[in-house]
Amino acid sequence: MTATIIRNGRIIDPANDRDEIADLYLVDGKFSEQRPNEFEEIDATGLIVSPGLIDLHVHFREPGFSHKETIASGARAAAAGGFTTVVCMPNTSPVADSPSTIGWIRDRAEEVADINVLTTGAISKNLAGEELSPIGSLAQAGVVALTDDGRCIQNNELMRRAVEYARMFDLPILDHCQDYNLVGNGLVHEGYWSTLLGLPGWPGAGEEAIVARNILLAESCDHRLHCQHISSAGSVRLLREARVRGVKISGEVCPHHIALTDAAIENFDTNYKMNPPLRAQRDIDALLDGIADGTLDVLASDHAPHAKFEKEVEFDAAPFGIIGLETELGLFLDLLVHKHKTIDIARLVALFTMNPARLLGLKSGTLSLGAAADVTLINPALEWTVDAAKFESASCNTPFDGWKLKGRAVRTIVAGKTVWENAL
Amino acid sequence: MNQASQPNDSPAIRIFDAENMRRALRRIAHEIIERNRDLGALVLAGIPARGVELARRLAADIETIEKVNVATGVVDVSMHRDDVRRRGALPVVRASELPLPLDTRTVVIVDDVLFTGRTCRAALDAIGSFGRPASIQLAVLIDRGHRELPIRPDYVGKNLPTARSERVRVRLEETDHEPDGVWLVKSPNEK
Amino acid sequence: MNTDWSRKDLLGLRELSAEEINFVLETADAFKQVGTREVKKVPALQGKTLINLFIEPSTRTRTSFELAAKRLSADIVNITASASSLTKGETLKDTAKVLEANHADIIVLRHGSAGAPQFLSTHVRASVINAGDGAHEHPTQGLLDLYTIREKKSRIAGLHVAIVGDILFSRVARSNIFALLKLGARVTLVGPSTLVPRAFEQLGVAVTHDLEKVLPEVDVVNLLRIQHERQRKEYFPGLGEYIRLFGLTKERARLLKPDCLIMHPGPINRGVEIDSELADGAQSVILDQVTNGLAVRMAVLYLCSGANGS
Repeated sequence: MTATIIRNGRIIDPANDRDEIADLYLVDGKFSEQRPNEFEEIDATGLIVSPGLIDLHVHFREPGFSHKETIASGARAAAAGGFTTVVCMPNTSPVADSPSTIGWIRDRAEEVADINVLTTGAISKNLAGEELSPIGSLAQAGVVALTDDGRCIQNNELMRRAVEYARMFDLPILDHCQDYNLVGNGLVHEGYWSTLLGLPGWPGAGEEAIVARNILLAESCDHRLHCQHISSAGSVRLLREARVRGVKISGEVCPHHIALTDAAIENFDTNYKMNPPLRAQRDIDALLDGIADGTLDVLASDHAPHAKFEKEVEFDAAPFGIIGLETELGLFLDLLVHKHKTIDIARLVALFTMNPARLLGLKSGTLSLGAAADVTLINPALEWTVDAAKFESASCNTPFDGWKLKGRAVRTIVAGKTVWENAL
Repeated sequence: MNQASQPNDSPAIRIFDAENMRRALRRIAHEIIERNRDLGALVLAGIPARGVELARRLAADIETIEKVNVATGVVDVSMHRDDVRRRGALPVVRASELPLPLDTRTVVIVDDVLFTGRTCRAALDAIGSFGRPASIQLAVLIDRGHRELPIRPDYVGKNLPTARSERVRVRLEETDHEPDGVWLVKSPNEK
Repeated sequence: MNTDWSRKDLLGLRELSAEEINFVLETADAFKQVGTREVKKVPALQGKTLINLFIEPSTRTRTSFELAAKRLSADIVNITASASSLTKGETLKDTAKVLEANHADIIVLRHGSAGAPQFLSTHVRASVINAGDGAHEHPTQGLLDLYTIREKKSRIAGLHVAIVGDILFSRVARSNIFALLKLGARVTLVGPSTLVPRAFEQLGVAVTHDLEKVLPEVDVVNLLRIQHERQRKEYFPGLGEYIRLFGLTKERARLLKPDCLIMHPGPINRGVEIDSELADGAQSVILDQVTNGLAVRMAVLYLCSGANGS
């Protein structure tokens, strides 16, 4: 028997409506109400004891792009950021659109990762947006959601059938909302800075048109459809209206979209190039409002590693995306809880645990008795400085290097076992 | 000894006051008249900025003495210098102004201080790019020695022996908004 | 007398102060005069190596930089996209490093991607001169346009300049806007609403879609080249309609003040942006722009190279 007592921490377990200072028992990899006799003790005085955090939007690049990230390095980065469960996007090479690729990723994760690495399957074969991938087989292979992330199915009819078909397997659809015609070769938010710098604009309407489409499909198909990395004020407005009516639509927010405006692109630094792009202050304000009123109820990183040589190119030649797992919790704590006071820490925990678990139909994301003992210990007051050179991730494409943040995970526990501990 | 840190505060010996300068220029004007029979063919070409003003004063003196209007010009040397890379800040470039063609002209280069001779060499090159004057002469207010090139002035206001580390400070009303004068400034680093 | 010019690179006009812009124009005065001399060559950049790295095709700008460099006695090598290793997959950074290993002192870069010169300047010690980057800036074109206006009008401040055409995709327009505003001119942008979106008003200029209303008010009209054949099909219906609405025809030119300057960065589409006769007419300063471009580029090369020496 292995047992741990996490003593005297503030236990926040939104799924069980629990927020109290107490001890937590971890016995044989599960939460237990039985106080063990022999145990390891962790003093959590002053810390938040949260269900293990879930990030449902990461790119671990394996198979195919292991020079950017591997499942092993990505999993270490996740653990260092406080995450016990991550959901990998299918835009690998080969694309995760077949049971064999899903099987390979799961086997690999089993072998090298200390955390729960979950998989998604592509909606369309080879992410081409033309025909459905074998969704039933992918479901059997164990994917937790379907997505063409990085791409967006433009054919509304195909998307409708995908949502309808996925409902049969109770698999949610995660969608990267981008209308290709409206966005064209857009690189940065269409507004003041794109006008000034002569960079092709990526208008908010390019996202909003697809968010609106998704709302219509989620409603007509009565199935869960989740809009990834929401960036524009108009999208928030559309989602709010739909959710009030009970449509099974949801939206997620990435830290960079509330931490930075498009003014950051002034010097053409490719670490500020992401898709969807950094937007204007009014968009940030709308995202914060959306988080505050529950319109946006999932937080994620869109952890997108790219090698240094790939990012050290002309702005339009650089790939979109930044890494996020190791800065995500710190940024959200710093911005949402401390700086803007958008939500309290209990809500923040819900956005990282219960909400994504419910969307994906996972049993995790709680401290319920009998559930796998995934725990994240958070010190909400710890001040620290981001140092990309010390990241566990294989890449360091982050715009947040050197940022001073308040709050971070200090210990990550998966199934009762500590997989990462803050060295500080 | 307590030395001031600003170069302008360094010990300075006055060489010329306004009256000395006026006399030196008047003498040079006389010498130019003596050496050049055809004053109409003459161009007094100043090197910016003080040389241009000195050329103007010489022309005025010659006009007073001989009642002849002598042509003046500007010869900018900055784009002909060979030491641009070795100087801290870039010299400001000015357009040269010379009456063309130069073939039958005698050009008198006018500058305030003659030192290594490199500025004068650059002036010769600059003039050469405009044409081929009949002859070129050189007039300077102060010759402080230390030549690095085989260049010799035709007209000198004053020969002033100097140490290499010393500086010669020339001030003209028109260019510097200070009373006319010449000083020898000791290097602030000298013990 | 020494200058305050301390930039080794010229990446754009937005980052220059009015004083710096004026200083380049004054320096260009001196270099313009070199073109009138018997020997049109000065030794200012003797021993320096200049690379014309043109990743996007251009004849005028490349030729102008080449002549400018030659008049300054620099050694010059032209590299075009098809001849460079970039077509073999070499990155711009690696290409530049190779050029630097060959002791390039100045790299003049024309590139289709906005920000490419800025990117390059962070990776090489050589001076980087932007010869046009995407739709971002074309600083030497902006400077030569200002030089030409100043030469003909004796001032920039208080003038009203109309820039007509495809503003959205124009680096020439942006460089002109930044510099003209800094020097106190008024700028009005004219063209179809798709190519002259209202967003430009945030830069401090006026936007209008009525050319005839603007023409009588302006001191300068700068016509930009309009492209329809390739990428602009979604932006306006066709050249015929463009000419009807925004072409400077002879009839419209009668609305101009008699001393209004007509400018065009070239190459001209005769009969499209501008009536052919007007392009050659008394108000046209199009060829002066070319001549002045040489002087401005000499000044820029001289100043940036000098600032990179110490």
